[in-house]
Amino acid sequence: MTVGGASAVSVRDLVKRYPKRPVNAVDGLTFEVSPGEIFGLLGPNGAGKTTTVGVLTTMVRATSGSASVAGIDVAADPVGARARLAVVPQRSNLDRSLTPRQNLVFHAAYHGVGRAERNAIAALLLEQFGLTAQADIKVDWYSGGMAQRLMIARALMHEPEVLFLDEPTTGLDPQARLFVWDRIRELRERGVTVVLTTHDMDEAADLADRVGIVDHGRLLALDTPEALTRGLTGQSVLDLVVLPSELDQPNALIAALEKVDGVERAEQVATGPELPAMAAGPGGSAGLPAMAPGAPGFPASSSSNGDVTGPDLRIRLYLSADPASLLGPVVAVLTERAASVSDVHIGRASLEDVFIDLTGRALR
Amino acid sequence: MTALDTTVRRSARAASARRAFNAILWRDVLVTGKEFWILLLQVALTPLFMLFIFAKVLSQANYVSDEYGHLLLPGIVALSAFLTALQSVAFPLVMEFGWTKEIEDRLLAPLPTNLVAVEKLLFATVRGLISAIIIYPIGALVLGSAPWEPARLPLLLVVLLLGAWVGAGIGITMGTLVTPARIGIMFAAILTPLMFTGSVQYPWPELDTLPWFKFITALNPLTYCSEGVRAAMVPDVPHIAPWICVLVLIISAVAFTVTGMAGFRRRALS
Repeated sequence: MTVGGASAVSVRDLVKRYPKRPVNAVDGLTFEVSPGEIFGLLGPNGAGKTTTVGVLTTMVRATSGSASVAGIDVAADPVGARARLAVVPQRSNLDRSLTPRQNLVFHAAYHGVGRAERNAIAALLLEQFGLTAQADIKVDWYSGGMAQRLMIARALMHEPEVLFLDEPTTGLDPQARLFVWDRIRELRERGVTVVLTTHDMDEAADLADRVGIVDHGRLLALDTPEALTRGLTGQSVLDLVVLPSELDQPNALIAALEKVDGVERAEQVATGPELPAMAAGPGGSAGLPAMAPGAPGFPASSSSNGDVTGPDLRIRLYLSADPASLLGPVVAVLTERAASVSDVHIGRASLEDVFIDLTGRALR
Repeated sequence: MTALDTTVRRSARAASARRAFNAILWRDVLVTGKEFWILLLQVALTPLFMLFIFAKVLSQANYVSDEYGHLLLPGIVALSAFLTALQSVAFPLVMEFGWTKEIEDRLLAPLPTNLVAVEKLLFATVRGLISAIIIYPIGALVLGSAPWEPARLPLLLVVLLLGAWVGAGIGITMGTLVTPARIGIMFAAILTPLMFTGSVQYPWPELDTLPWFKFITALNPLTYCSEGVRAAMVPDVPHIAPWICVLVLIISAVAFTVTGMAGFRRRALS
């Protein structure tokens, strides 16, 4: 009955076609998630993420292919799989006839947790999720963030091995979002495998150990967020502000920089008041501003033949390798030519650039 | 995997399914208990008004004879068993599947999906029975008297149980077919005709002057519940033979259970 060996989640050649639909919602998806991993399924709306989670959580029947959770084939033994997994859906499905506390306690009772134990776990989780004061009111009175917290608490009541979170922070305020992220990281520390679907790039980059990018039911890329962004070669830049030596010519300096291994192209950027603002994105790691036409993720460079005023030279290097690894060689060239560097900025491709690169810019 | 392993796994699976089933049943008991007065209103209001107007008001005004009350009360008891069972599964299901999705947590419990449907059926049937038991003394109070045939109590209980089961089966079938947007029109189009073509207010054998209506009434499973209850409570009134009532009720119960379960599976698993 075991499929996929030691994987916490295993999906093989999964196809789901809904009746009367011209295309497959999931179209030959294959991936594995290791125990204790946080796995992000990233994709535009309608990419097949929720359907995939539906198959894995026994609520959607696959047309073909296989899927297993905690080593149990979900099609062959849905009851066994349900005992080991938990789901936090996109939209609240809390039992509104029950109080929040009863929602937790009954969920555990459905899963066969004993009375004393389930009452104790419920009290503990309500405390952890900051809901103790509102544990015995009507669920209808809960805000979106509170309902989301309660649903995560509910999912943990029977101590699942694999937790599925379907867009866990969509529509939450920043505080609630950070709270949910912290809880998810705690789960990893406890060894729970987490599969989360999202189209929030920061969420994926911040939380996930590995990310699968899905579109039209197919897997387009699968790797760590770092590797995915690194894979976007030619999409990283290094911006330099240098003061060339008085004996040097700007064009000669640029030509020398272009010869560095990993630099695809170098150009002089018009001198503005300063370099384009490269404020850190919300995720902190991605240092790219909003999208600009042309190369995704980078501010358009102005004409390289623009008038240069002042002694400072602004140069942009387009890289095919990791920018950090090129800093040394670039600085070495500059030092050799007795140019002094006054500012360096790395523009790294973000997961969003990878995402747009793979799935295109068309609206869904 | 050895045969012993398989047996152990199977019995563990069965135990977990039983625990889940009991917990789901207990959830329904708790929720119903919390809102018992709602159940009482839902159960009692329509039948009691019917009884009051037809048997009390019209009889006081000499439009109907005093005996009519004793003919109507069994029909009302049958109607409340049938209707309560139907409503207590159909309305919640339409909302739970179509809108609130509240049922998902139960569908994700470690028990076969069919058992979640069975629990719905069982609980609705019990609610139907309870409402019939509640309505009888209240009806007796409204009328001032009520027929009572202790010797035929087993027949009464069997017919009411089956009537409630059929109601629950129709309820689960409707509940899985109707979308929340259509709930008003569908219930008006289905419930009202069911209530008035089910021999509740008249004995079926005496419809000879209206053969087309007699035919339509014969198609409504509620007819066999009303007739069976009348056979048990007022045997002197002409009625369909009890064995026919029981047989037709069993067949309908099984048929609607099958359609209801199929509908439930269709909605639960996509």
